[in-house]
Amino acid sequence: MIGLQILVDGFAISALYALGAMGFTLIFGVSGVLNLSHGALMVTAAVAAWAASAQYGFGSYAGAAIGVVCGLLGALVTYFAVVAPIERSKAIPRAEKEIFILTGTLLWGIMIQQLVAYFYTDNPKTVLPLIEGVVEFAGVRTPRNEWFTALVCWVVIALLWAFVNKARAGKVLLAASMNPRGVTLLGHDMGRIYIAVWAIYGLLAGIAGVLLGMFLGVSSYSVGPLTASAFSIVVLGGLGSVTGSLIAAYVVGYLETATAYLVSPAYRVIPALLLLVAVMYLRPQGFLGRR
Amino acid sequence: MSLIPARFILIALPILVAAALLPLGVSGYILGLLTIAYYFAVFSMAWDLLFGFAGEVNFGPTFLIGLGAYGAGILNNRYGLDIPLCLLAGTALAVIGGLALAVPALKLSGPYFGLVTLVAVLLLQNLIVVFSDLTGGEIGLTVPDVISIDADTNYWIALGFMTVSGLILTAIARSPAGLILQAAGQDPVVAGALGFNVAKHKIAAFAVSAAFSGLAGGLIVFYMGTASVGTLIDTAVGVQIIIAAVLGGRRTIVGGAVGAVFLIAAGELLRPLGSLSTFVVSAAALAVILFVPTGLLGLASFRRAS
Repeated sequence: MIGLQILVDGFAISALYALGAMGFTLIFGVSGVLNLSHGALMVTAAVAAWAASAQYGFGSYAGAAIGVVCGLLGALVTYFAVVAPIERSKAIPRAEKEIFILTGTLLWGIMIQQLVAYFYTDNPKTVLPLIEGVVEFAGVRTPRNEWFTALVCWVVIALLWAFVNKARAGKVLLAASMNPRGVTLLGHDMGRIYIAVWAIYGLLAGIAGVLLGMFLGVSSYSVGPLTASAFSIVVLGGLGSVTGSLIAAYVVGYLETATAYLVSPAYRVIPALLLLVAVMYLRPQGFLGRR
Repeated sequence: MSLIPARFILIALPILVAAALLPLGVSGYILGLLTIAYYFAVFSMAWDLLFGFAGEVNFGPTFLIGLGAYGAGILNNRYGLDIPLCLLAGTALAVIGGLALAVPALKLSGPYFGLVTLVAVLLLQNLIVVFSDLTGGEIGLTVPDVISIDADTNYWIALGFMTVSGLILTAIARSPAGLILQAAGQDPVVAGALGFNVAKHKIAAFAVSAAFSGLAGGLIVFYMGTASVGTLIDTAVGVQIIIAAVLGGRRTIVGGAVGAVFLIAAGELLRPLGSLSTFVVSAAALAVILFVPTGLLGLASFRRAS
């Protein structure tokens, strides 16, 4: 009984983790950027969806769409205002770009967090779910929204997979993650590829943020933990490996859910953190990482 | 090349003398703020040794600080040991924590190591909450003994501690060992090829950084009389320390002190803005990163132009 409950809840949470981490790993794979404002972008999308539907009277569908668009815009602003200037800066030595991007996006995330808290308070907000009601499945009652969340996550992940592996534009992204110089030689503009990747990332983070807002709710305090969880999942799976991130998301999601149900919700994150430390010591490149 | 440049002494000495005379003229409130700022200055300077010189992306300065603070605090609260003994034990605990971080640092690079340090902070935070019997959990730990109840004395102790720490850390950073550390941070392969023992120098850097972080953490506990996750360990505190070091100028050591005092002063001046003050401070730090990557001290560089 409780086993089934863990199976169902863990599945939905893991799917959400996977979607949240997907864009993060995509950006790293293509442009080598670790975006530490990731959590802030997800919260922006969720709070925008909440504000649009609960405060400004848009419907829940329009609200969700506004949230996703805000995620997209947030990601593009992050790229143009923070990441691109650091990458182009001549005053920063090449070897230190990575450190500066980490620090820069971290600060940017804090700025977004503070703005959200200033305009919409730091109270937790739950976005109105698109689908209401509960489902009874083999004796386990779960909100219909939970199934919906898992479904949307998987559809989006499948679309992303199809885009990257089948569509011509997607294949260019995949090629760029393998060999940027080769892609440039083939006549593709890396600048435009980066913008495209950040746009896709924004959409993914936006969708993940809105779904998270409906499923668990968010507040400006979620920014740090969200970034940390995406970061850990991506590193656990292997930086830049999409399949690895998927596996890692499910490992972390189930580990957390099982701990919360079987031991105590207070210990929820500890086993996942210990696992992460163990993997870092024993297999630093993560499950499927290539170094 | 002397370990402490003469020009640096010429500029720093009058500032320190003026700072030492402050208790004659300003209120206890400002002294209290500056006392905290001086301890934060040590956190930032110790962090700069790892980040600026050894090139380690350490997102977890508060892990080392927390070990020192809670190690010292618990011994005093539980077993009533004298303050110096508690500080010594806390520092030792922090050094052990630093060595534990040094092991993965030798194997991992950049973001991977950054994540390990972040996880270390999250783990420590969780453990403190879980073992709340010993640590006071989320409410915090109260210590029965404090160094002094006199604001002036506390201020002078913090100022003296910051000055001595700054001198030692600067001397280490400019010593031959510091130069090797810097080389190892920028290109470990070349440094190793030149015959330098990269691992030994990095481990030493972690131990030194941890010792200062832990000792400062212990001192701040016996100054405030309490230790809590929110004031000493939370990642937000770590971010403050990082901002201070980057703002002041990385790879300068003293930059951390300048940045920390600047941050605390700015936070106080911007208090009327309420929750927006953190926004303004972060925006200023981001602007510094984007436009003056060498930091405030970089503008008036103490380093030889080499």
